[in-house]
Amino acid sequence: MLRVEEQQPVDFSSALLAKFDEIVKRYPEGKQKSALLPILHEVQAEQGWLSTSAMNRVADYLDIQDIEVYEVASFYTMYFLKPQGKYMLEVCRTGPCCLVGAEKLMNHIEQKLGVKEGEVTPDGLFSWRGVECLAACGYGPVLQIGPEYTFYENLNEQKVDDLIEDLRKK
Amino acid sequence: MARKLLLEHINVPGINTFDVYRQKGGYRAVEKALKMTPDEVVEEVKKSGLRGRGGAGFPTGMKWSFLAKPEGVPRYLVCNADESEPGTFKDRYLMTYIPHALIEGMIVSSFALGAKTSYIYVRGEMMPQIRILERAIAEAKNAGFLGKNILGSGYDLELYVQPGGGAYICGEETALLESLEGKRGNPRIKPPFPAIAGLYGCPTVVNNVESIAATVPIINDGGEEYAKIGIGRSTGTKLISASGNLVRPGVYEIELGLPVEEFIYSDEYCGGIANGKRLKATVAGGSSVPVLPANLTLKLANGDPRLMSYESLSEGGFATGTMMGSGGFIAFDEDQCIVRNTWNFARFYHHESCGQCSPCREGTGWMEKVLHRLEYGHGKMSDIDLLVDVSKKIEGNTICPLGDAAAWPVASAIRHFRDEFEWHVKEPVKCLDTNYGLANYANPIAKAEVTTEN
Repeated sequence: MLRVEEQQPVDFSSALLAKFDEIVKRYPEGKQKSALLPILHEVQAEQGWLSTSAMNRVADYLDIQDIEVYEVASFYTMYFLKPQGKYMLEVCRTGPCCLVGAEKLMNHIEQKLGVKEGEVTPDGLFSWRGVECLAACGYGPVLQIGPEYTFYENLNEQKVDDLIEDLRKK
Repeated sequence: MARKLLLEHINVPGINTFDVYRQKGGYRAVEKALKMTPDEVVEEVKKSGLRGRGGAGFPTGMKWSFLAKPEGVPRYLVCNADESEPGTFKDRYLMTYIPHALIEGMIVSSFALGAKTSYIYVRGEMMPQIRILERAIAEAKNAGFLGKNILGSGYDLELYVQPGGGAYICGEETALLESLEGKRGNPRIKPPFPAIAGLYGCPTVVNNVESIAATVPIINDGGEEYAKIGIGRSTGTKLISASGNLVRPGVYEIELGLPVEEFIYSDEYCGGIANGKRLKATVAGGSSVPVLPANLTLKLANGDPRLMSYESLSEGGFATGTMMGSGGFIAFDEDQCIVRNTWNFARFYHHESCGQCSPCREGTGWMEKVLHRLEYGHGKMSDIDLLVDVSKKIEGNTICPLGDAAAWPVASAIRHFRDEFEWHVKEPVKCLDTNYGLANYANPIAKAEVTTEN
């Protein structure tokens, strides 16, 4: 749910603003609102989530109403409206992956990280959640980690343990 | 070995790069098309009999011929790469391993439609594929196949990749266009169809990744050659995404008309059911199509073998048939629970409903709840008919086909697996840690039971 929280000023790097300029050029004159989804992905990649202030700045940049950004950010599942762990493990929970053990794997991740779906580990490193079909049904169970959306296929408990250890060491 | 048109060179090292793709004959279709008139290109695609590979199976050439061409108004081609149908992962495969097949198809198709700017709308989760496509576009542009005055023909084309935001509904073409305009993915009321008023209100064609890639062999070899492959009105080859309890799940290119039994059991394709188990059921075309028990998967109601083609898969209507859909083939072994899987799919559709139409918004949630209680042993016998009733009230009563897609898996599961649902009510404790098993779902069909529907 979208909550308008206390406004914290937000800084966008010059590299991020340069990306905005580049993205807007893909669309015809006056259709800059088309850049909204790609721009929100860029903001989230830099900031980790979409704060209200960040969304308001995007609205200013695209010359649209703040609400036009909120309604999009809250409709699509990829945008985080509150801070997440540094690594968000998103495990496919849809039919074909469940046929090959996705539910068991999610239980394992919950135990391993010690936090429930959607919560953040105390060290701020990890969150996890089940997501709907990631279009890799033949290679399940699968999970992805943003902002690069690195993809891990044919998972089992051992592979997930190794992955979590690797990320901890990073 | 069956003929491969899209994946012929898939195992060539470096085929994801422009140079290797070009050495293997890539971009010949662009050279050939640019010497033809746009109408001639459309004509070849019509002759090929190519049908939309995204799920609906509508003839691509006919869709193209509906495109309005008013003077002074831009036209757009948008590629639907929002692959999200559970069970389907062929477009991800194609874009990952042979991205230039899509880029080449986009150039040919854009030229045929007179589009000067085209977009590939890729689901947001596929960021790695977005980067692959952007690199492929840069390579093609560098080699003069994109940009101004392509190969000196006077034709200009700019191609861009657009990420989605994580929403199954954006695979519906008008929701996709809304999303590409920077809005929520709410499907539009039709008419007008995108061919008249699509992206930014301009005439637009939206095609699936595989349909667009298929225009390359069609232009190279001619529409008539393409139409010789396949069976009846199911022409050409099709990418099938095979998943579930199979020995070798993965993406396979088949000639349409292949027997389903051969696809599941032959070593050239899926290699049979994993772990020596027996087949219980299949979903042949992505989660939205009706689920079939093993016996009706392999054979038609009259006992003839069922084939992988648009017609054969839908033979028998919904009474005994299913649909080709997007080619997402999911196999369930004897240990799988149909009730649980139906609940899982119902949860998916509830999660993905955009919320515009109340039958879908409320109905999908209702079905999810009822299926959840049946799966967890709290269901009543009357719940089974309640589910059928709710599914009927969603079907056909929504702006877009998501409502139908949510209703069909539930209705078909009860149609074919009613005894398993009843068992969940009769055995509320046992069903928590035991499955109903194979039961009679693989028994041969008696020829006498031929239904006359359709």
